[in-house]
Amino acid sequence: MWLTSSSIGRKVVMSVTGACLVLFLTFHMLMNLVYVYDVMVGTPADGHYYDKVCEFLGTNWYALLGTAGLALLVVIHFIYAFILTFQNWKARGNDRYAVSGKQPVHWAAKNMLALGVIVICGLLVHLFNFWANMMWAELAESTGKFAPAAGFDWITYTFGFGILDIIYIVWFCALWFHLTHGIWSSMQTLGLNGKVWLNRWICISYIWATVIFCGFVLVLIAGVVQAGGVHF
Amino acid sequence: MAIEHIMDPALSRIPEGKLADKWTNYKAHQKLVNPANKRKLDIIVVGSGLAGGAAAATLGEMGFKVKCFCIQDSPRRAHSIAAQGGINAAKNYQNDGDSVYRLFYDTIKGGDYRAREANVYRLAEVSNNIIDQCVAQGVPFAREYGGTLANRSFGGAQVSRTFYAKGQTGQQLLLGAYSSLNRQIEKGNVTMYARREMLDVVLIKDKEGVERARGIICRNLVTGQLERYSAHAVVVATGGYGNAYFLSTNAMSCNGGAAIQIYHKGAMFANPCYAQIHPTCIPVHGDIQSKLTLMSESLRNDGRIWVPKKLEDAKRLQRGEIRGHQIPEEDRDYYLERRYPAFGNLVPRDVASRAAKERCDKGFGVNSTGLAVFLDFSDAIKRLGKDVVADKYGNLFQMYQKITDDNPYETPMMIYPAIHYTMGGIWVDYELMTTVKGLFCAGEANFSDHGANRLGASALMQGLADGYFVLPYTLQNYLADQIQVPRFSTDLPEFKEAEDGVRAKIEKIMAVQGSRTVDSIHKELGHIMWEHVGMGRTKAGLEEGLKKLGELRKTFWKEVYVPGEANSLNTELDKAIRLLDFIEVGELMARDALHREESCGGHFREEHQTEEGEAKRDDKNFMYVGCWKYMGEGKEPELYKEMLDYQEIKVQTRNYKS
Amino acid sequence: MGKESFLNVNVKVWRQRGPKEKGEFKTYRVEHVSTEMSFFEMMDTLNEQLINKHEEPIVFDHDCREGICGTCSLYINGRPHGIDDAITTCQLHMRKFKNEETITVEPWRSAGFPVIRDLMVDRSAFDKIQQAGGYTSINCGAAQDANAILISKVDADEAMDSASCIGCGACVAACKNGSAMLFVSAKVSQFALLPQGKVEAARRAKAMVARMDELGFGNCTNTRACEMECPKSVKISNIARLNREFIKAKLAD
Repeated sequence: MWLTSSSIGRKVVMSVTGACLVLFLTFHMLMNLVYVYDVMVGTPADGHYYDKVCEFLGTNWYALLGTAGLALLVVIHFIYAFILTFQNWKARGNDRYAVSGKQPVHWAAKNMLALGVIVICGLLVHLFNFWANMMWAELAESTGKFAPAAGFDWITYTFGFGILDIIYIVWFCALWFHLTHGIWSSMQTLGLNGKVWLNRWICISYIWATVIFCGFVLVLIAGVVQAGGVHF
Repeated sequence: MAIEHIMDPALSRIPEGKLADKWTNYKAHQKLVNPANKRKLDIIVVGSGLAGGAAAATLGEMGFKVKCFCIQDSPRRAHSIAAQGGINAAKNYQNDGDSVYRLFYDTIKGGDYRAREANVYRLAEVSNNIIDQCVAQGVPFAREYGGTLANRSFGGAQVSRTFYAKGQTGQQLLLGAYSSLNRQIEKGNVTMYARREMLDVVLIKDKEGVERARGIICRNLVTGQLERYSAHAVVVATGGYGNAYFLSTNAMSCNGGAAIQIYHKGAMFANPCYAQIHPTCIPVHGDIQSKLTLMSESLRNDGRIWVPKKLEDAKRLQRGEIRGHQIPEEDRDYYLERRYPAFGNLVPRDVASRAAKERCDKGFGVNSTGLAVFLDFSDAIKRLGKDVVADKYGNLFQMYQKITDDNPYETPMMIYPAIHYTMGGIWVDYELMTTVKGLFCAGEANFSDHGANRLGASALMQGLADGYFVLPYTLQNYLADQIQVPRFSTDLPEFKEAEDGVRAKIEKIMAVQGSRTVDSIHKELGHIMWEHVGMGRTKAGLEEGLKKLGELRKTFWKEVYVPGEANSLNTELDKAIRLLDFIEVGELMARDALHREESCGGHFREEHQTEEGEAKRDDKNFMYVGCWKYMGEGKEPELYKEMLDYQEIKVQTRNYKS
Repeated sequence: MGKESFLNVNVKVWRQRGPKEKGEFKTYRVEHVSTEMSFFEMMDTLNEQLINKHEEPIVFDHDCREGICGTCSLYINGRPHGIDDAITTCQLHMRKFKNEETITVEPWRSAGFPVIRDLMVDRSAFDKIQQAGGYTSINCGAAQDANAILISKVDADEAMDSASCIGCGACVAACKNGSAMLFVSAKVSQFALLPQGKVEAARRAKAMVARMDELGFGNCTNTRACEMECPKSVKISNIARLNREFIKAKLAD
């Protein structure tokens, strides 16, 4: 199977899974912006719009299937990253350069694995904060502080913790760096690139990563505002 | 003087018939080998440049089993790669009146009427096939907007017949040959032996008692081991011997070793004194310089060459007190335009080089060593604008600036002539076979097509012609008689004897343990060659040179120091072996130059010039190829004259004045 | 010229007897080095010093010394071919260095390029990749007239840019992944752009990538270090084209 046995095949897997995850992130961010809207307009009579979104995306089979798919994407992306890194490390040979790193190589490009690991750690925190309390709670029919579909309250509650805010901001930053390289790199790997498109894709990567970053940060700020400040 | 003979004209094996029909007739009547027999025949090709690489690939395609050897770490690095300008062909795509005959005529005339008519005509004939072949290989030649091939003009011709790929034509053509070679390596028809240096050819007598080339002895440059290889025929395509001068535009590993070895085994060395000196090289900057860099001939299209009119200006330039652009227009001597009003800065290479030397000898040199002239683009920049000049020559200007740290847009470039190409080489007949049966020689290594001077963009043409279109036919003609001969074992006594000879020589070199490095002796050789066998040669100087070369050989055997071991990687030993051969090449060059009492092409004898200082040829006494036959160590070689007979061309004096 | 001055430098060189043996750095002092000298002429001077002291000279690959053969391959002060852009080692001049500077000289380091001795490495893997498919399968003598194939100037020029690769291996040396993608893609691109090469484009891309993987080169992660160090400025747009050709070929299987 060329997707596992050839170097370009493995990279294709990385780029396809990566690109899907970028699309998911974009969707996730857009959905979260509803929370910001809620904070801005105040509470309507029939509940938060955000809670309605959460309810709509709740535990139906499509959402479950989607979640499983996402998990698979993340796992594949993660495992392949380690396989590729190991192979690349081996390809470097036994002796290392005494003087190195003098080329002006893009910092994120050199550190995709490290950034990826930070992103994964952030993800685990995030799953613990939200997914466990919402989707999982609904599946397991357990009850936590708030109802599983009470997304509005969960966000407000979580971002009230200053330490979590810091963790989330570090996470968003790592994600931003990861995406600035990842987006154009996936297009390059898929061959959808050329002399002209290279700079366009890089530009798009920065804009896209920044939009995602800003969207999430906005949610965080809204959460802090809604919580009436942070406590440690 | 040497013992002289007239060569039997039949030795040249020129086919019967009219000049234009000779090659066609040859191909129609030559002997062939059937596919089953081709598989049983081995061919050794030494060298992987345009001639060797193309020959190995094509012979492999035909089904022969080829062993190809190169000195570099990959066949892609042969020095053919460094050719910049282009390759000639008589395609007449520009509709400017070009034809096979005209290319033939220009080449003979450019060579100062010292080349063999039949060979040159064949060269012009196959030139068109070369372009077709290279395009089919995917060589990215420059193109017009309409998608057809583009051409440019080069020296010595009135038509635009030069095909080019940026300033890297040699590279692209070599990579084309290399790709064909790779295909045959993958198929198993060619076995490649890289980092090997041929150190002897092995001759074996056949049933009739005729000695034939049947193998080679190589040194593996990584392990230092001597290796034996056998075959039914051997092709030597190892390039020229310009590095005898130490400083030249050749690559560091270019050498005359293989040529000297086969010369020792009976192949004759023809016209060794014809060495081309290229006028536009970056000048020497100091004692430790290792290599000279060529600036493309195309620069002379727009650049104007000059030195100061006043000696005191030249002195101030030499002391570094002023720079070129500070000298006013009226104090500049555009000596080429002055001496050759018709051709001006575009006179052929040999003429331009001698004119530069003449000015510098008179003290008008413009750099600290006094050995440089200006190549000035200020007029071109004024006339065309900086952008146009940058567009045409930008990459060359950049290269110049990288090396010299001078900006050619602001201050004139400095150039000086340097050894570039050797027209002389191993004598071959029409079939490119040497005087040893089964031993062929191709490319710059043979003497064939350029006479006494080579025109720009003709070296690539000749190399590829030999490799793609001549050797595959003529080798087959030779091998057709060999199909009954089984493969040779390398355990035969002839192989052992040859290997023992090489080993003894290496041991002798290693045993000297003197006090001088190889390079220091090579530099001394270079000085002797440049001084006495350089651009302007005299009887007294050549005799003096020969004497000094003899002494240098003694110096080598007394004082050379080679560190390390013989049977291991040893770059100093590699160089020492080559140096010994360069000394012998030098002696041959001096000897040949001494005997040739005329001036023609790349050979200029100061005794033989017109009142205006132009070369004076002596067709009555010297219209022949001077071939030197080795007579044994310490003995003077004997001269064989292959008389040149021009039937289709009227022999004239070259004139670039009017 | 005419701005010549002189330097004293310390050259810290990697010395290694053979592929299996352990290497180490040795520092040598070279005095009175002209700024007009090329880096290799400084190395020549150093070797003369060593030989005169009856030590073995430093072994390094070099040949044409004008930036076209691709033989030279030194990693100087942390960069392949030294501290200038778009040059080979042989085009590096001593005026780029400071007086009393310590210059660290290392061989290309990659699993694909084992060290032969000192600074000389074995790049025959590059030949093997080319042998897998870096050609058009046409026999000599079978070609049609050169002008029978019309090729747009844009494509011809772009193919020329790809074809200008000199096979020096700086891309692999620069890459933190030891990937040979720039090298492979340059050849695949050249042929993919030309009608002569399109005929067997799919087979070529697959065969050359397979050979590259076999020989232990790493995976490209688009860091662009290769194009920064390429002496002939071959661009990573070639890698994109290789990816495209390869994926297209595999999807068609």
